[in-house]
Amino acid sequence: MGKKILAVDDSRTMREMVAFTLKDAGYEVIEAEDGKNALTVLNGVKVDAIITDLNMPNMNGFDLIRALRGNATYKFTPILMLTTEGDGSKKEEGKAAGATGWIVKPFNPEKLVEVVKKVCPLGAAA
Amino acid sequence: MSILDQFKQTYITECFELLADMESLLLNLDCDAADNEQLNAIFRAAHSIKGGSGSFGLDYITDFTHILETLLDAMREGKLRPTREAVDMLLKSVDVVSQMVTAAKDGITPPQTLGKELRKQLEQFVGQSTAEISPHQEESQPQEVMATYDINFIPHENLPSTGNEPLLILSELAGLGESKITADISRIPTFAELNPTACYITWQIELKTAKTLHAIEEVFEFVSDYCDLKISQRQNIQENIATPNNPQLAEEISPKESNRNNAIATSIRVDLEKVDKLVNMVGELVITEAMLKAQTRHLADEQFQGLIRGIDELSQHTRELQEAVMSVRMQPVKSIFSRMPRIVRDVSAQLGKDIRLVTLGENTEVDKNVIEQLGDPLTHMIRNSVDHGIETPQQRSIAGKNPQGVIYLSAQHRGGRIVIEIRDDGAGINRSKVVAKAKEKGLIAKDAILSEEESDQLIFAAGLSTAETISNISGRGVGMDVVKRNIEALGGTITVKSELGKGSLFTVSLPLTLAILDGMIVRVGSENYIIPITAIIETLRPQAQDFHRVEGHNDVIEVRGEFIPVIYLGDVFRVANCEHQAGKTLVVLVESGHNKMGLAVDELIGQQQVVIKSLEANSDPVKGISGATILGDGRVSLILEIGDLAFMQPGKTNFIVKAA
Repeated sequence: MGKKILAVDDSRTMREMVAFTLKDAGYEVIEAEDGKNALTVLNGVKVDAIITDLNMPNMNGFDLIRALRGNATYKFTPILMLTTEGDGSKKEEGKAAGATGWIVKPFNPEKLVEVVKKVCPLGAAA
Repeated sequence: MSILDQFKQTYITECFELLADMESLLLNLDCDAADNEQLNAIFRAAHSIKGGSGSFGLDYITDFTHILETLLDAMREGKLRPTREAVDMLLKSVDVVSQMVTAAKDGITPPQTLGKELRKQLEQFVGQSTAEISPHQEESQPQEVMATYDINFIPHENLPSTGNEPLLILSELAGLGESKITADISRIPTFAELNPTACYITWQIELKTAKTLHAIEEVFEFVSDYCDLKISQRQNIQENIATPNNPQLAEEISPKESNRNNAIATSIRVDLEKVDKLVNMVGELVITEAMLKAQTRHLADEQFQGLIRGIDELSQHTRELQEAVMSVRMQPVKSIFSRMPRIVRDVSAQLGKDIRLVTLGENTEVDKNVIEQLGDPLTHMIRNSVDHGIETPQQRSIAGKNPQGVIYLSAQHRGGRIVIEIRDDGAGINRSKVVAKAKEKGLIAKDAILSEEESDQLIFAAGLSTAETISNISGRGVGMDVVKRNIEALGGTITVKSELGKGSLFTVSLPLTLAILDGMIVRVGSENYIIPITAIIETLRPQAQDFHRVEGHNDVIEVRGEFIPVIYLGDVFRVANCEHQAGKTLVVLVESGHNKMGLAVDELIGQQQVVIKSLEANSDPVKGISGATILGDGRVSLILEIGDLAFMQPGKTNFIVKAA
């Protein structure tokens, strides 16, 4: 069974890059433009992993992670946050909110796939 | 083409959008009471631009936006106040980044000097030294040597709650080399005490690998805070019994596996060429439909009832399809309106005026082509209102007005056209001054008597500037006539109404699209021509005595005391067998710019919406013809370019002098 990933980012470029890269790697990808939109999207579909930016309008990444961790369906779903190099405090806050891991921006496609495979490998029944 | 190249275009497009957002947010920012959400939004825009730039190797953008981001972050956190100077600097930064993005788009590296000064200022403002070290940690790869590691992995009970999965970690670890994994299940409590979402199992792993210690540590990167981990290297290999055990994880599984993929696929991006092709195809379809329809007119109703009904339906669907396709090209005027606040701000600051711009109806949609060509005239009009319309605060105070002037910019749909109004509460047009100037310049006769409305329209005349001092804002009165010409080239009209001391109102009316035109079909000899309806003032059948022969010039006709040159279309286009006899021809009175003229034709056929076909695609531009269309009977008909006709006649009259 294929793996479905939700990419949440207010930057269209980032979102599309993440989506394209992951689709290329064999994942199914859906997109949301902020935390609030992500929750709406997740209302109708179940995804296997979520990649979210942190700084977004309407609902930021931290609040999104907290909201998802409070939801039975997404309590244990891998959630990766997109963060920038050396922003330790953000990483800590994200971890405290319940993020599974992080991807450091600017990411390169290979690294992105590598990290996603780490928490949500294709073909594994996790 | 790599993935990155493919997305560079998207990135650049998005950058321009973000920069426009930043600009409008900055312009709306109230320096005294900055809204945190606004600052956040500005920060996010800068952050997004920076975020993408790194991925595409646009280091110069990364470097510049980094300082912007720092500054904005400090503002966001209240450490710095968004003063007017700061906002000005940020606005300039938007320009600089915009230039950088443009350079990136063209694939060139901008000069080192670009934004250098500004960057210094920004840094000074932030109080940060220039020595910003970018963390480039090029690690020297340690040599890979085969070694055996003992790994003691004791997850905390809460590890699964982070979305991490011990099984995946173990299998990743196993992927590094040859591994033996032993699970210790002694921590698992009795069933009564068991928390199904906690992790109780611990693992002892023996890993034989050529990878470095760092690579092993990386496997545990995300969980290092949620486990006790000990990794030690050893030389002698012990045999252990591997008992792989599934971690006890009772993940709640939601059965509602819905296939409905309601992601945000609410819009797609389409190449403009494709849309244009679609518009063209529909244009052809409309013509074919009109031809079919013309054919059915001759058919007997009872015999071909089904066919006639079918064609009627086809017509309706074609019209709907045409509307739908046209709407694809429609864009809100927001993209132009959003440029205006900056212009008002800059120009009014330069002139020491205090002006507020109020925009209304920014979401009014109009064809993309119209939008593209509307930017310049609108900019000019706004500048004109700021420069000539609104008075200085002192003058306003003296006149008993609010020192702050207001310019309203609005757009709305009205009768199948878009109407844009620019209203200011300034001084209004000083008619006596305008008229005096026009007389002085010889634009009107010395003894002409003009109505208020007519005097106001004089400001669109070439070579008229009444501003006491010539500024570099609106120039030397070369403005409004050019504006009028541009608007008319789009098939639009512009008028002005003004009241002294109270302000002026400019009204621009434009067609929603340039692909279709309302035309009057006229016959000249055996040929049909189309005159754009917007150019037509009225149609006359003058008597022979209304025609006057002017030596060396065209004939003129007298219409209510005004002498208007007559152009015989049959002569201009050398059509055989056309009426040339005064009193027998019809005269269509048209106006282009300040030229009124009468077009002598044989017959008016009727009014019709026609699909414009470009001539230039197939031949060189033809003077006097703006395009062509295909009529219902399948005949090609040329659309007249009224502006050209005025210059195609010998002895043209440039301005119409009212008979005293």
